[in-house]
Amino acid sequence: MHKAVQGIITPLIAVGIAVLIGALGMIATGHDPLQAYGALFVGAFGTKVNFANTLANAVPLILSGLGVAITFKAGLFNIGAEGQYWMGSMAAVWIGYSLPGLPPVLHVGLAFLVGMLVAGLWAGIIPGLAKALVGAHEVITTMMMSYIAIYLSHYMLEGGPMMAPGYTPQSPMILPSAQLGMLVERTQLSWGIVVALVAACVVYWIIYKTTLGFRLRTVGLNPRAAKYAGINVSFNMVLALFLSGALAGLAGAVQMLGVQHRLYDSFSSGYGYTAIVVALLANNNPFGVILAAIFFAALSTGGQAMQIASGVPAHLTEMISGIIIFLVAAKEFGAIFQRKRTVKRNLTESKGGLKV
Amino acid sequence: MILNELAKPELWAATLAMATPIALPALGGTFSERSGVVNIAMEGIMLIGAFFAVLFSYLTHNPWLGLVGAVMMGGLISLLFAWFTINIGADQIIVGMGINIFAAGLTAFLLNTIFGYGGTPRETLALPNITLPLVKDIPYLGPIIGQQNSVVYLMLVLVIASHYFLFHTNLGLRVRAVGENPQAADTAGINVRKIRYLGVILGGMLSSLGGVYLSLGLLNSFEVNMSSGRGYIALAAMIFGKWTPFGSLGAALLFGFAMALSMVLQGTGISANIIQMLPYALTILALTGLVGRSTAPAADGIPYRPDGQ
Repeated sequence: MHKAVQGIITPLIAVGIAVLIGALGMIATGHDPLQAYGALFVGAFGTKVNFANTLANAVPLILSGLGVAITFKAGLFNIGAEGQYWMGSMAAVWIGYSLPGLPPVLHVGLAFLVGMLVAGLWAGIIPGLAKALVGAHEVITTMMMSYIAIYLSHYMLEGGPMMAPGYTPQSPMILPSAQLGMLVERTQLSWGIVVALVAACVVYWIIYKTTLGFRLRTVGLNPRAAKYAGINVSFNMVLALFLSGALAGLAGAVQMLGVQHRLYDSFSSGYGYTAIVVALLANNNPFGVILAAIFFAALSTGGQAMQIASGVPAHLTEMISGIIIFLVAAKEFGAIFQRKRTVKRNLTESKGGLKV
Repeated sequence: MILNELAKPELWAATLAMATPIALPALGGTFSERSGVVNIAMEGIMLIGAFFAVLFSYLTHNPWLGLVGAVMMGGLISLLFAWFTINIGADQIIVGMGINIFAAGLTAFLLNTIFGYGGTPRETLALPNITLPLVKDIPYLGPIIGQQNSVVYLMLVLVIASHYFLFHTNLGLRVRAVGENPQAADTAGINVRKIRYLGVILGGMLSSLGGVYLSLGLLNSFEVNMSSGRGYIALAAMIFGKWTPFGSLGAALLFGFAMALSMVLQGTGISANIIQMLPYALTILALTGLVGRSTAPAADGIPYRPDGQ
């Protein structure tokens, strides 16, 4: 219980400090932080429509954040969720527009499955095998694969095989049978949120309640010990990257089927990078990922409202994200603090003489 | 058609120009990683350099002061990176990510706060192009290296100086020793933390200079996220160049060539996007040992604690 409370308090402190620093930045540039944050909050949660759009924004962050969390649990760092998101999007959109006549459930299911498979293999085969076989650092390989995926999507859409007729670099619309139903009308909130919440439960179950998850965590905690315990470390690393990629791919698929309905040509969705921040802030807890994703989604939907209402540039929210990363990364900071306190306590205890 | 394009000196001049904002951060990363600190923050530090170069050039009406100020700001943000990674022992990759996200936000926030939403002022002074008097008359080579932006020449000088520093000076030897085996270096009386600070800060200043070239060398303005992934390509160039200055330059030239070629090939049927993938694919091949194995400095990425914890 104590551990669970601490697991919530540490990220809250990080968020609190970052928000305070953001307020100082506003004061320094001549804005009223209370008014600005108020506008941000209303913009993110104030009305039914705003709240629904914040949740809709959180969907791809939850899914790709879960993926990043799985690799962290296995002691790996998947920095290429962005590219895996694109692979999943491309595959899902292709299934979505090129297979007419399928019943909706089957069509959506097939698009999800293929999107997950393609993105999972994208992360698992090259970065996974390169790590397992020759020890090539997955941070570099997943990042490089990410850029290859993004250029591949440019290739597909800019006069390539997935370009819709006409001059705009975009894919054809996916068929109605592959579109997810909307939960709240006139917003972007689709049934995708249910997919994301179910995925969080499934990931929790896999990580904490199955042998597979136990193996992944053991590999993450101590690969050498895992090897002596008879766990196939290489296989589990490839598997962790595969699962991670599959979740980022699902994020792309859900976004395509639920919100965009076609693939647009752009350099970055941004979700893959924020996913890393989400997993870090959540300390890789699947349910924490949901909360962290909603928080960062709120920053992005509320940020626009803040800029319009109070004149504080919306980019301030990115600064806050960066500061949160520093604070989470410096958790050793807290550990050092605690060590000093323990030493002090031990000293006073030894002076006191009588101890239980 | 392609052979025709390859024969044109303009393509090679563009290659050199495109390679410069990759070579500088790659050189910066080399310093940082040779001292044992993994640096993926080049992307963000470039943005810092690009923004403050424009700001200082605009304020002082002197692009050279813009350059100097921006390089100092690059050093300053690296100080933050160094403190988190070297003193606190925080995860170097995570802090690097943090710097990238923070720098993107900070520069965009300051751009809107200081200059509004219409971009940086047009009257900002850019860094001048330089024409080398005799070199420019050499047939074929002249148009390639005879007239380039001042930062391009500065980059070439810095590559040579860095090679000399890392491989022919006492201090350079210390930097490499700390990156390979900090325990042994510590035992030999080298201050590991100081050397790592040096590596990270020099790295940040060089990366920042890469950003200066983007904003004041190629243009005279700053745009949000104008580094557009070059910091990550630089990371690839550093690895492909096996963590050496000349290697980084060579890889940057190769990647710059891919970029220049993809521009020339626009509208010819050969997809520029496929060519742009090559740097990333080559880096993976180099890391897996399929194209000349690249091996990082042995202690790269491992925080050093004197008590061995």
